[in-house]
Amino acid sequence: MKNKKNSDDKRNFISIFYEELSNSSLTIIILSIISGFIMGGILVILTSPEVYKAFGTSFLSGISTSWKIVANTYSSLFLGALGDPAKIGAAIQSGDSALIQKAFTPFLESLVVTTPYLFTGVAVALGFRAGLFNIGAEGQVLVGAIAAGWAGWTFTGLSPWIHVPLAMLVGALAGGLWGFVPGFLKVRTGAHEVITTIMMNYVAYYLIYYLISSPLRDPNEVTPKTPWILDSAHLYRFFPEPIRFHLGFFIAIAVAILVWFILFKTTWGFEIRSVGLNPNASKYAGMNITLVTVAAMALSGAIAGMAGASEILGVTWRQSQALASGYGFDSIALALLAQNHPLGVILTALLFGLLRSGSRVMQLRAGTPIYIINILQSFIILFIAAPAIIRTIYRLKKQSVKEVSTSTISFSAKK
Amino acid sequence: METPMQNEKIKIILNYLSNYRQHIPGVFFILVALFIKLVLTKSIEPEALTTFSTNINHTAIQIPNWVFNTRFALDLIAGLCAGLGLYQIIRGFKKGISSIIGAIGGLVVLGFLVWGASGTSISFTGMLAVMVIRSVPITIGALAGILSERAGIVNIAIEGMMIAGAFAGAVIGSILGLWAGILAAILIGALLGLVHAVLSIKYKVDQIISGTMINIFSTGLTSYLFIKFLQDSQNQWLNESGFFKPYAIPLLSKIPVIGPIFFDHNLFIYAMYFLVILLSIALFKTKWGLRHRSVGEHPKAADTLGVNVFRTRYLACVLSGMVAGFGGAYFSLGSVGRFEQTMTAGRGFIALAAMIFGNWNPLGALQAGMLFGFAESLTTKLSLLQFPIPAEVLLMLPYIITMVVLAGVVGRSRGPAADGIPYEKESL
Repeated sequence: MKNKKNSDDKRNFISIFYEELSNSSLTIIILSIISGFIMGGILVILTSPEVYKAFGTSFLSGISTSWKIVANTYSSLFLGALGDPAKIGAAIQSGDSALIQKAFTPFLESLVVTTPYLFTGVAVALGFRAGLFNIGAEGQVLVGAIAAGWAGWTFTGLSPWIHVPLAMLVGALAGGLWGFVPGFLKVRTGAHEVITTIMMNYVAYYLIYYLISSPLRDPNEVTPKTPWILDSAHLYRFFPEPIRFHLGFFIAIAVAILVWFILFKTTWGFEIRSVGLNPNASKYAGMNITLVTVAAMALSGAIAGMAGASEILGVTWRQSQALASGYGFDSIALALLAQNHPLGVILTALLFGLLRSGSRVMQLRAGTPIYIINILQSFIILFIAAPAIIRTIYRLKKQSVKEVSTSTISFSAKK
Repeated sequence: METPMQNEKIKIILNYLSNYRQHIPGVFFILVALFIKLVLTKSIEPEALTTFSTNINHTAIQIPNWVFNTRFALDLIAGLCAGLGLYQIIRGFKKGISSIIGAIGGLVVLGFLVWGASGTSISFTGMLAVMVIRSVPITIGALAGILSERAGIVNIAIEGMMIAGAFAGAVIGSILGLWAGILAAILIGALLGLVHAVLSIKYKVDQIISGTMINIFSTGLTSYLFIKFLQDSQNQWLNESGFFKPYAIPLLSKIPVIGPIFFDHNLFIYAMYFLVILLSIALFKTKWGLRHRSVGEHPKAADTLGVNVFRTRYLACVLSGMVAGFGGAYFSLGSVGRFEQTMTAGRGFIALAAMIFGNWNPLGALQAGMLFGFAESLTTKLSLLQFPIPAEVLLMLPYIITMVVLAGVVGRSRGPAADGIPYEKESL
């Protein structure tokens, strides 16, 4: 005992700093992201025939070729996501507003891609907080989109001030319904939400396919498509035509902040988190876990539904049968990365949005397939979920307090 | 203080509650019967005929096609549904209720087929043969899930293991031949299973997160490699594995109707039968199976009795990965003979549903796999028939049925008790 105290006294500034750094979960997150990029880089090198050729001539040229390929891949990824800094600088100096807009287009486009991620990420994070694994965001996005679209072209003669919120609300309600069903089934019958939400995804998929192919089809189109939504239902776009950056982005940020407020500053949010951490204890403390679970799942679905609504009202303006978005599935990784914190989701959604939007340019310029993004994501999740790996690689000190990791109740967990 | 009166009251209430679980499905069955009788039958002429052709070209013994009166057949189906519903209300099916719900689903679909094919003919045998083929990845995936979950490890990475297996099978199969392809698929599955095991057993990562990570990784890596290498026209030889040809089992395949449906397929279908039987015996009739299951139900007790919990779980994950990898090879080596991006199309997740539907039991998984397979074979048939009701509505049916079964209107399906819970040895 005495010994330990002595050694504590001797700690100097650097060791305290090092310990704090090791204990911070932010360190782990940043190192995870960096490591994810390193692993992706290694993969790019391993799968480039040029590298093997260069190593055939000499070791040095092999190293330099590897470096060139990785640098080219990641630099075009960032160029695609953020825009060319040289162009941006030149545009700002010239002061021409059209040029400035053009230079910022890639970044604004990334924000457009970020918007649905924000909604779905918050939705999945909210579910996790309540101990619910909502894989159904994909289906909730789809029904939200079609419902908002329906409201967008059906109600005529409304002012945008009424029409847009109305359409968003209809989308949220549809998504909420899609979340409510698995939540309800879970509390009433114990059906596990992982399976029911997957089933709901398929039901949503076929339902939308059917709706677009007949009842909601625009009769003037050759291929099945819905009609265009009315102008009054368009989410406001801040810039002229080619730039699609729209109001939905700020709505999504507001939703993230609102959910953070609910989760951490209200009694109801406390109940959600408490039920997620320990349903039994919450029950004995007198909370109504049935109500909390159903409400959390429905709210999660509603927020995911808003993702679909903001896509159709802000970006596509109509729905075709090319449905798969992938936003719902990516958002699982995204929420985990944010440690299910709604404000953290803002950052990780931005990261995912930048990656997704930049990856298209990367594939064109560097010839690296966009799917490198999925591999990056999977490694980042791996490192975040198993911090012990990161601690071993970077020789960080073992954390004294046990980390609270994200946990989901498994298939047979008792109600 | 409870008086006997209160006790009686509680008993009555409990009785009512348990009956309510029993009555709902019964009422539902009868509603289905009414729907068939009142909605479907009404639109059919009394003399209309439906033909189910039962012969596929090369069957030796030809039997006559089944031609029957559409209305009569529909009445029969409605009668069956009503009968099942009445029995459910009066006596209750208790344990077998999942199968009954499956049967009702089957009857409804059959009813729609009879109704839709009224006045024309439909290849009944062909459709069921397709059902068996399409059930393969779902059943094998479900078996993979059973293997790991019976030992207490949730494996939602089946989808990822399957796509990896499909890829390895196609590429190695193109270079070294079909059998090497299968071997590669099994190995890559085992590797991913090992990753899942290390993450969830050693690092105690939440098993669902670990599984999600493997899914994202495999889907990403196979798509990445596909675009990078296999799309190039110069590299086409890397993705031309070909596939296992069907082999008609002598004698068995000659049985009319049954033969072409079950015994005229390729390796993967027979492997599925074999695996179902093997696992049923191994899990429930051998010492190994008892130990395996005890680890999934009560690891502490198993540990106390000298079963090595960690080793059992590692083995379970690797075996599960091997089976899933093999199932994935079906997509490339068993069906189209090449790899395509995202060719598993969510079958790994359906397999999970089939596993739960089949109550973590290999035979149940086979039944559930057949149900989903039937739904898929409908897809192709319905588009040919110019069906009067939208195909998509019918296609939703298996998913809705799964939810109804899961929802345990019928009594809860119970997985292994320690499923998904990491095991920690208590230190003394």
